[in-house]
Order: sequence, then structure tokens, then C-alpha cells
Amino acid sequence: MANNATTPLDPNVQGSHDVTVFETETLVSRIGWTIGRNKLLFGGLFLILFIVLFAILGSIFIDEERTEVGYAMAPQETADGSIKETVAPRLRPSREFWFGSDQFAVDIFAYVAYGTMGTLWMGFIAGSIGIGIGTLLGFVAGYFGGKIDVIVVILSDALITIPGLILLITVSAYLDQLSVEQLGILIGVISWMGTARVVRAQVLTLKSRAYVEVSKFNGQSDIEIVVAELIPNLAPFIAAAFVGAVAGAILLSIGLSALGLGPQNEPNLGLMAFWFIRFGAVPQGLWWWFGPPIVVIAIFVVGLFMVTAGLDQIANPRLRTSV
Amino acid sequence: MTVDYVLKRAGMFVLIIFVAGTLNFAVPRLRPTNPVEERMNQLLQQAGGVHISNVEEMIARYEDRFGLNNPLWLQYVNYWISLSRLDFGQSIAYFPAKVTEEIRQSMPWTIGLVGVTTVMAAVIGSFFGAWLGWTRTPLAISFVVPLLLIVTAVPFYLLGLLMMWVFTVWWPLLPGGGAYDFAIPPSFTLASILDILEHAILPATAIILSSIGFWGLGMRGMMVTTMGDDFIKLAEFKGLKERRIFLRYAVRNALLPQVTGLAINLGFVVSGSVLVEVLFAYPGIGNLLYTAITSNDYFLIQGVLMYVIFAIGLMLFIVDMIYPLIDPRIRYRSA
Repeated sequence: MANNATTPLDPNVQGSHDVTVFETETLVSRIGWTIGRNKLLFGGLFLILFIVLFAILGSIFIDEERTEVGYAMAPQETADGSIKETVAPRLRPSREFWFGSDQFAVDIFAYVAYGTMGTLWMGFIAGSIGIGIGTLLGFVAGYFGGKIDVIVVILSDALITIPGLILLITVSAYLDQLSVEQLGILIGVISWMGTARVVRAQVLTLKSRAYVEVSKFNGQSDIEIVVAELIPNLAPFIAAAFVGAVAGAILLSIGLSALGLGPQNEPNLGLMAFWFIRFGAVPQGLWWWFGPPIVVIAIFVVGLFMVTAGLDQIANPRLRTSV
Repeated sequence: MTVDYVLKRAGMFVLIIFVAGTLNFAVPRLRPTNPVEERMNQLLQQAGGVHISNVEEMIARYEDRFGLNNPLWLQYVNYWISLSRLDFGQSIAYFPAKVTEEIRQSMPWTIGLVGVTTVMAAVIGSFFGAWLGWTRTPLAISFVVPLLLIVTAVPFYLLGLLMMWVFTVWWPLLPGGGAYDFAIPPSFTLASILDILEHAILPATAIILSSIGFWGLGMRGMMVTTMGDDFIKLAEFKGLKERRIFLRYAVRNALLPQVTGLAINLGFVVSGSVLVEVLFAYPGIGNLLYTAITSNDYFLIQGVLMYVIFAIGLMLFIVDMIYPLIDPRIRYRSA
């Protein structure tokens, strides 16, 4: 659609090769242009990138040993005047321990970096699975209609009535120790309904458009139509749904882990919340313990919200004037 | 209102209850461990590892008592029979206590805390959002939007935690947990009511602050769309007063999705707010569920879950029924 305005419709130049090159160029420049113009999207991507880089660089450059119980050491003068290293819990932030240490003498800076990595990874898995199931079911339901459609709609209507956290808490009560990956899969499996609804609604409106009719008339198969005509038009919706799903999954997982029902053996921000609640970091005023994870979560989720809002503006041009 | 539409919605409601009820029956039974045995071992450990010779016999007795020895289909039938009588059985953890009794005791606290805060957040947020979306609001106010976004982004239990730190440690002003002072048992006296309110301030503020942005931003978006509609232009050209355009034309129309949203959210109130309740040791439904799970109390878990799903399903059904009355544009076509 975009190149109609700029390409002269000269039949001699219409080699398929040239057209492809032209299309990719416009696509790239269009994405660049959109991100540049769209302050929300740009700002959100920046915040997300900041946290992702922190997690990746942190878990590459920081020694994993620092996240273990009893790592933080403090020099102490013994009776005979020699200096002895002792385990030092609840250290204030210092040059050696940027965010101090917690009750168990774990280096908080290192733990937050590794924990962010764990939480992001979980959110990515959950978001991908949720979006995969949701898109597939939404497509099938919207495109083929009939009995499949009815089943998908009823299933998603029924599942959406159960609050995610309640469902998750209950299911986790019957499972043994979860790993970060298993939790991601579990959350993904229970959070596809929103995506399925959005995709289904879009497919329903798209499939009656003229260009889809034309493709059908030209003898393209269903799969060809879905890949070539529907997916490109749905991309902004799916992207927005993915971002929303990741944000939702991360908040859910933190909630679950903060109750002590999530993964226990791998660093993640929710587990950190569980420990600092359990060991009274708040009444003790250990702000360097509970502060950093809260700040990381806030920055990341604000970033995701901004990206969703920005993508919504692309998908739904009526909103564009508003910000 | 067509009969067809009502029947479809009612069928949906029944289906939700059936699916949820069946899952609720099946999932706990998929677990390999025996809940009664687990509870016994837990009690024995608490008693300091006392050796009791007839544990096996006690377990068998209890299993008999809870009907866990019957064939699965019989258990399933019995399960639905007792559900239809709103009987969820007895709690394993607080043994002689009935599950319904436990739920009944927690419900007022949850409805009081989460219900009131949900309504407050929706009202405050919607009107604030309407004001933000109003074209004549000074531009300087728009700095509030990112602020709302940030407060909404922080999960409310973490927001509650920060507030707990500020108001109980840093500047000790408010109680840090519980729903009332144990010296003042809850009653309808002024002292008791003030005490309960004082205990509710922190968790309530946490919930309101974190959900106000959701309502505010949603309302603002709807206002922006509504303000672009032709009937607003017409009202302006007719020379109507600004106040009238704002309230009667813009807000009235933009409010519809907010009303539905509120109705749906009221359904979710009964599920409480597990994290806030646990964090502030508030004796509501969320806390009850948490206790049930940490003590492997399956009957209590089932009871709470069933109760919550029933309430939400019923609320959604009611919303479906009243929504066309609020919004005349919907004529039950897309049922």
C-alpha cells in the first residue's frame, strides 16, 4: 500500500526483484520513521533496552558467586590485632557492594542483575507461548469460523473469568518445585485469551476486505492468504499484545514468587521480594534491599506500557492526535 | 432483550461453573501426595517428632471421614451434590471448622477493603481522566499522565511496601498490619470503627493509587475519541454551556466502558487482593486462600476457588444483562 503513492505504475519496471528491494527499504525506513516520530514507543524501547542491557551485562560480567548466601565479607580486627574477614549481612551500599548486602550477606547488586535476567527470561517465555497460542487460536477461529470459532470463544470466555493470580496460586499449590522455565510455560498457557480475542476480531474484519477476496479469487491457498495478506496487517496488534503479555507475565510471576510459591533455586526478582518481605526488610529500614528490585520492576513495566501505548497508536490511528 | 441472548449468556454462566467445578475437582486429585497424610506428618513434626504407633489407622479414619476412599465417580457425584447445597466440607487445617464458615468470616473484610477501594479508584480515576482528556484543560496538567503511568506500573503490593516503609518505619504514623487492634475487638462502636479505618488506610491507599491510573488513562482515551465526534461539535455550535457539554455530552458518553469495567471489576472483588492482604496481614479472602495453600488445606482451597469463580461468573452475567440498558447502541446483535 505504501509504495503506491511513490512508484510510477510503469509495467516495464515491474520486475519482481526491484519491487522486493523497494519494499524492504520502505519498510525499514517506515519503522525508523515511526519510532522516531512516536515518542512513547521510543521512550519505552529505551527504558526496556536499559533494563535488558543491565541484566545481560550484569550476568556476563558479575561473578555468579556473589549471588550466593554468605558472599559479602567484611574485614574485622581480632583481639591479637590481625585482620579477619567475616561474613557481613545487611551492609549499607559501599564501593565494594554497590547496593549493599542482604540478611544472608548476598551481594544485592549482583543478585538484582541475575534476578532481573531470570525474571526477563521467564517473561519472554511466557509472552512467546501466550502470544503463539493466542495468535494461532485467534486466526483459526476468525478465519475458518464455524464450530472451531464457537469452541475457541467459549474456552477463552470461560478461562478469562478466573483471575490469573488465583489460578496460578492454586495450580502451583499442587505442583512441586517450579523452575523459571516451567513457570514461564505455565503462565503462557493460561494467558493467551486476550491475544486470541484481539486477533480473532481483527481477522474477522480483515477477511472481508476486498484484497483478501481478490487473493481468494486468484486461487491463493488459505495459508498463503494468512501469511501474505493477514499477518502483515496484524503485526502491530500482535506486537502490542506480545508486549502486554510479557508485562502481565512478569507481574504475575513476581506476585506468585513474592508469596513464596514460585521458583526457589534460581535468582529472580519475585523470590527477592519474598525474602525481603519474610525477613522484615521494611520494619528494619533496609531500603537498599527492597528498593533496587522495586525500581527495576517499575522502570521495566513503565517501558512496556509505553511501548504498548505507542504500538496502539500505530494500529489505531485515531489515538495518534492525543499525545 | 431477546430470549435467545439471555439463554446464551445463562448457558455460558452454567458452562463456566461446570468447567471450573470439574477442574477444581480434578486438579487436587492429580497430585501424587496424600493430603491427610501430609497434614498428619506436619502435625507430628510440630509436636516435636513424637512417635505415635497408630498413625496409619488415624489416616485411614480421616480418609474415611473425608470420603477419599470412595470410587472417583462417587466422589465426583457427591462433590456436585454438596456444591449445590453450598457445602464445601470441612477444613483440614482447622479441622472441625466448616469451609463456608471460614469464607463467611473473611468475606466482609475483603469486600470492605477491596470493594470500597475499587469503587473509589474508578470514580476518582474516571473523573480525573475525563478532566485530562478535556480539550480546555491547561496543557501544563499533562505532566500528570506519565506520573499516572508510573504509579500504575508499580505492582500495588510493592507500592504498599514502600508506603509501609514511609509511614510505619520512617515516620511511624499508622499501624503496619492487621485489620484491627486486638485490644479493640471489632464492633459497631465509634472507637472500633475508627480503629478499623486506621488499619485500612495503608492497604487501601496502595490499591487506590495503583489502580487510579488504569481508570484515568482509559477514561482519557475515551474522552479524546468522544471529543472528536460530531455531536460535540454540534453542541458547541449550538452555544451550549461548557459545563453542560463536558458533563452531559462528553463524560456521559465516554463513561460507558468505564461502567462496564467497574461492574466486571466488582465481580473480581471477591477474589480479594491476595498480595496486599498477605503483606498487610489483612484477614480477607486472599489471605485465607494463601493460608489454605501453605497448609495444604485442599477443601478450603476448593471452597475459596469455587466461591470466587461463582461470584465472578454471576457478575459477568449481570453485566451482560444490564449493559444494553446503559448503552442503547447495543441491541444484543453480537451475542
